Amino acid sequence: MKNVLGDKRAILILLGPALLFYTLVKIVPVLWSFGLSFTQGDLRGFEFVGFDNFVTLINDPNTPTVLWFTFKYAILATVCQVTVGYFLALFYVFVLRKSSTLIRTLVFFPVVLPTVAVGLMFRRFFEVAPQNGPVNDILNLFGIDAVDWFAQPGTAFAVIIIMDLWRSIGFYAVLLYAGLLDVPEELLESARLDGATGLKLVRHIVVPLSLPVLLSSVIFSLNATLKVFDSVLALTNGGPGWDTSPLTLYMYKTTFTYQDYGYGSTLALTLTIICFLLTIVVFKFSRKDNTKATA
Amino acid sequence: MTIRTTRRRWAFAGLSIVSVAALAAVAGCSSGSDAAGGEGAEFEYLSAVENSIVRDEITTLAEGACSAENEAMPFTVETLPQEDVNQRVTLLASQDSLPTMFTAPTSPLRPGGVLGDDETVINLEEKLTELGVMDNILPGAVSAVKTIYGDRFVSMPYQYNIEGIFYNKEIFEKNGIEVPTTWTDLQTAADTLAATDVAPYALPGDQDWMITRWISGYMFRDLGPDAIDDVLAGDAKFTDPEYVEVFQAIQEFGENFGQGVSTMDMATATNEFLSGNAAMMYNGSWFLADIYNEEMNPTDPETFAFMPFPEVEGGEGSIDQYVANAGAATSFSTAYDGPELDAWLTCIAENYGSSALENQGVVSGFTINDPVDDVAPLTEEIQGIMNETTDTIAWLEAFLPDKAAGEAATNAGPLLTGSMSPEDYADRLQAGVEASN
Repeated sequence: MKNVLGDKRAILILLGPALLFYTLVKIVPVLWSFGLSFTQGDLRGFEFVGFDNFVTLINDPNTPTVLWFTFKYAILATVCQVTVGYFLALFYVFVLRKSSTLIRTLVFFPVVLPTVAVGLMFRRFFEVAPQNGPVNDILNLFGIDAVDWFAQPGTAFAVIIIMDLWRSIGFYAVLLYAGLLDVPEELLESARLDGATGLKLVRHIVVPLSLPVLLSSVIFSLNATLKVFDSVLALTNGGPGWDTSPLTLYMYKTTFTYQDYGYGSTLALTLTIICFLLTIVVFKFSRKDNTKATA
Repeated sequence: MTIRTTRRRWAFAGLSIVSVAALAAVAGCSSGSDAAGGEGAEFEYLSAVENSIVRDEITTLAEGACSAENEAMPFTVETLPQEDVNQRVTLLASQDSLPTMFTAPTSPLRPGGVLGDDETVINLEEKLTELGVMDNILPGAVSAVKTIYGDRFVSMPYQYNIEGIFYNKEIFEKNGIEVPTTWTDLQTAADTLAATDVAPYALPGDQDWMITRWISGYMFRDLGPDAIDDVLAGDAKFTDPEYVEVFQAIQEFGENFGQGVSTMDMATATNEFLSGNAAMMYNGSWFLADIYNEEMNPTDPETFAFMPFPEVEGGEGSIDQYVANAGAATSFSTAYDGPELDAWLTCIAENYGSSALENQGVVSGFTINDPVDDVAPLTEEIQGIMNETTDTIAWLEAFLPDKAAGEAATNAGPLLTGSMSPEDYADRLQAGVEASN
C-alpha cells in the first residue's frame, strides 16, 4: 500500500486521468466564460468589446432588482432554514429523544421531492384564480380577503421562502441533529447539576458546542441559495416582471432567450465573485471561531 | 496487507475504470443522429406543445392524402414548450442539426439572425415556384411573411391569422351591450359587465404576449401603424409622452381584472371564455379551432362572434386595420433538401388548405382546392375578412430586437396589474431598443 501511494509517479498515473477530466470539465469552461464576458455575440461568432458588458451591467435597470433579490433570498433563506432546522434538531434531541426516528423521516421526506413538482404544487396552493387555492380558502375562513400571492413582489417572495423552508428544513434538521448528538452527555449532566435548565442549557452549553456544525449548515445553505434556479423558475418564473429573478435566472434568460452570450457571461462572472466573497467572509468568521474555542 | 488484498484492490480499480469508459462510450454513441437527407431520413417536425393544429393536420395528411410521401419519408413529431423554442432552435442551428421542419423563433429568422440566410433555411418562394405549387399560397399570407422576415418567404403559412376580439353574443344581448367600435364604448361595456357575475375579459396573463397584444393594439390605433417603426428609426422614443399615454391607458385597462390575471394560464382563460364566465377575449382566427372543438367548448359555437380591435378616439389608426400574422414561423432546414421532401412540400401545398378547414375549421394561408361544404358561419365570416383585408398591422414584439421584446414581455404583467408605472415600462422598453443599437 505504502509502496503504491508513496510513489509519486504512481499517484500521478492513478490521479492523472481523473484530474485531467476534472480540469477539462470544471476549470476550462470557467476560464472560457471569463473570456466571453469581454465579448459580444451569439453562437455564430463573438466580437471583442472590452469592458462594454461591464458598463452595461452597471447601467442595466434590472441589475439592482436582480442583485437585491439574490442577496435577500440567500440571507433570509439561510437564516430561516438553519434556525428552524436547529430548533427541530433540539426538539429531536431533547423532547423526542429515542422516538424521533419517525418524525425525522417524515419531516425529511419533502427533501427528496423534485423541485419542479414542489414548485407547481405550491402554485396551486396559493392560487387565487379561477378558484381559490387552499391557502386563500383558509384566509377566507378567518374573514380575510383572498390574496393574489404572485402578483406582488413581496407576497411572491414570501411564497418562495415558505416553499423553500417546507422543502429543506428536514435536511438541516437531520444535519444539525447529527451535530447535536456529538455534544457529550456528561457536559449536559454536569450543567444540569449546576442548575442550568431548558433555555439556559441550550444557550450556554449546546449552542457553543454545536457551532462547527451550525457553520457547516450555513455554508451549505448559502451555497445552495445563492445559486437557486429551478424552484424559482417553477414557482414564479422570475415574475412579476423581474422582481423574483435571482442572478442565475437572469443570466439564463439573457444568454439563452435573448441570445446575448457576452453579457450572460458577465452576469455569471458577477455571481462567481459574489460567491467567492461570501465564502471568504464565512471562512474568516469560522477561523475567528476556532481560535476562540482553543483559547 | 496481503498480496491477495492488493490484487483485489487493483482488480477493483481496473474494473471501475473499464466500466466508466464503457459508459462514456455508450453515452457518446447514443447521441448520434440520423444522416440528414437521403434515403431512410425521417420528416422530423419540431413543434411548440401549446399549438397542436399543424402537427395534427399533417399527421392526418400523412395517413390520407400524403400517405405515399409518408412511406418515402415518415413523419415524426417532437414537441417543446413555446418558451424554449428560441433557445433550442438557435442551439440546433449552431450545431448544424436542425430537424426537417421546425417552429422558428421570429428574431433569428430575420436577416442577420442565426437562421436569416438561404443556406440554413429553405427559401420557400424559390422552392415552391420550382415545384410549380406556389399558386396554392394566398398572396396575403406571402406578404405577411415577407413583411416580418425581410422580404423572404421562409415560413410555410400553416397559420395565417387575423386578430381581434371574440365576444359572447348572448352575454352582450342579455346586458343590452352593443358591439363597441371605440375604446370608450369598450370600457363602458366592461363597466356594465362589472356589475354582473360575468367577467368582462378573459386574459391569460401568464402568456406575456396576450398582454402585449392589447398594448400594441392600442398603440397602433392611437399613434398609427408606424408607431414602432418610428421608434426603431430613431424618430421617436418610447419615453415620449404620447407613448407613455398608451402604457397609462393599458394600466387603467388592467383595473378591469381581478386578482390572478397575471398567473392565469391559456387553458384556464380559454375555458372561462368558452363556458360563458367571461364576455370577451382577444384572440386570433386560430381560436376557431377551439370554438368548434366539441371537447373543449361546451357551449354552442354560434354563441360567439368576432369584432375588430376598437378605434381610439382621436387616434391615427383605423378600425379596418387588422393585426395579421403568419403565426409562429415554420421553416425547413436545407439539410433535408431532396426529392422526398419536395414530394411532401407539393402534397402539403396542394392539400393543407382544404384539409385544415374541413377537419379543424382552421383558416390557413393555403388556397382551398377541394371546396369544403358546411363551413361554419363564424369561420366563413372571418375568412371573408381575411380575403378582403389589405391593410394589415403587426404586433409589439414583431420588429423589436430580442432584448427590447423581452423587456416588453416580461414587464407587461406588472404594467397591467399596476406594480410597474407606465414611465418605468417606457424606460425599460427604450433601454432595450438602445441596447441593441
